Amino acid sequence: MSVILFTIIIVIGAYFAGLLGSLTGLGGGFIIIPLLTLFLHVDIHYAIGASLVSVIATSSGAAAAYVKEGITNIRIGMFLEIATTAGAFTGAILAIYVPTAFIAVLFGLILIFSAIMSLRQKAEHVIREQSAIVKKLKLGGTYPVDGELVEYGVSNVSGGFFMMLFAGLISGLLGIGSGALKVLAMDSIMRLPFKVSTTTSNFMIGVTAAASAVVYFQRGYIHPAIAMPVVIGVLLGAVSGSKILVQATSSTWLRWTFAIIVTFVAIQMIYNGITGKI
Amino acid sequence: MQLIIGWILRGGVAVSMAIVVIGGIFFIYRHGHSVTDFRTFKGTPDFISSPEKVFESALQLKGQAIIQLGIALLIATPVLRVVFAAIGFILEKDYLYTLISIIVLLIIIISMVTGHIG
Repeated sequence: MSVILFTIIIVIGAYFAGLLGSLTGLGGGFIIIPLLTLFLHVDIHYAIGASLVSVIATSSGAAAAYVKEGITNIRIGMFLEIATTAGAFTGAILAIYVPTAFIAVLFGLILIFSAIMSLRQKAEHVIREQSAIVKKLKLGGTYPVDGELVEYGVSNVSGGFFMMLFAGLISGLLGIGSGALKVLAMDSIMRLPFKVSTTTSNFMIGVTAAASAVVYFQRGYIHPAIAMPVVIGVLLGAVSGSKILVQATSSTWLRWTFAIIVTFVAIQMIYNGITGKI
Repeated sequence: MQLIIGWILRGGVAVSMAIVVIGGIFFIYRHGHSVTDFRTFKGTPDFISSPEKVFESALQLKGQAIIQLGIALLIATPVLRVVFAAIGFILEKDYLYTLISIIVLLIIIISMVTGHIG
C-alpha cells in the first residue's frame, strides 16, 4: 500500500472514530486500534502508540472547554492522577513483556465493558455527607445545575483510588483513555454527580496517557507515519462530534447502534487474539 | 487558574497539531508513493531515534521528524497543565495540593527517565 492511500484511509477511519468517540463520550482509541490492526495489519504496538497520541489530543481539547464551564473538579482530578499515572507507567512497561495475543483479548473485553457502560442510564445523584479524608483533601465541590450551584460530597475515596490505579494500568497497556473505567470509579464508587465524573475523567485522561506515552515515545512505538493521520483524523472527528452533540436530543438509537458495532469489533479482536492472528 | 489551564490545553493542542500537519505535508510530498509495511514492529527510523536526532532532522525539514516534534509537544501539553496547576496551588497557598501536583509530575518524570530501560 502506498503512503498516500494508507494516510487517506487512516484519516477517514480516524475521523469516524473521533466522531463516534465524542458522541458517546468514550474517546476514539477503541475504534482506532481495531482499524489499524484488523484492517490495515499494523503491528499492535504501533497502533497503541498512535491511539495514545490521539487520546491526548481529544481529551485536552475537550477538557479545555469543560474546565472553563467550572464543572470539572480539578482537585479530585489531580489527586486521582497520582493513581492513574502510576498505573499507566506500570502498564506501559508491562506492554513490552505481555504477549500481543493477550493484549488483543484484554482489549476486546474492555471494549465490551465500555459498550455496556455507554448504554447505562445516567441518573444524576448528589450525596451530601463528607468523611474526614474528603474534608482533609477538599474533594467536595459545587457544580452548576440550571444556573444554580449544587454542593456535592464524595464517598469511598480509597476504593475510587484503587479503581483509578487499574484504569491507569489498562490505559498504559492498551493505549486507550479508559474513560469508561474512570467514570465507573467516580460515578459508581465515589458517588460523584455524573456530569462531574465525565468531565473530570476527560480532564484526567490527557495526563494519564502522557505518562505512558513518554515510555512509548522513547521505545519507538509512536511512528510518525501512523500517528500523523490518526491524530489529525480523530481530532477533526471529535470537533464535528462536539458540534453535533449540541443539537442531537435523542441519542438512544445512536448508543445502541454503537454498542452493537463495538461488541462485534470486540469479538473480532478476541477471536484474532486467541487464534494468534494479531 | 481555570482560565490558564483551559488556555494551555487549547493552545498546546492547536500549536502541536499545526506542526504535525506541516510535517505531514512534507512527508507525503516526498514519500507519498513509497510502500508502507507496518506488519512487524521495527521501531522508528534511525533519523528520529533520539530527541537530538529529531531536532536535527526537523531543522533539515524532514517530514517525519517535524511530525514527531509536534507529537512530543502534544504529549507535553497535559504535563504543562500539571506544572501550571502546581503553580496555581502555590499561589492559593494550598500546599497539600502543591505536593500532590508535584507527586504526579515526579511519576511522569520517572516514566520519562526509565522509559527506555527494562
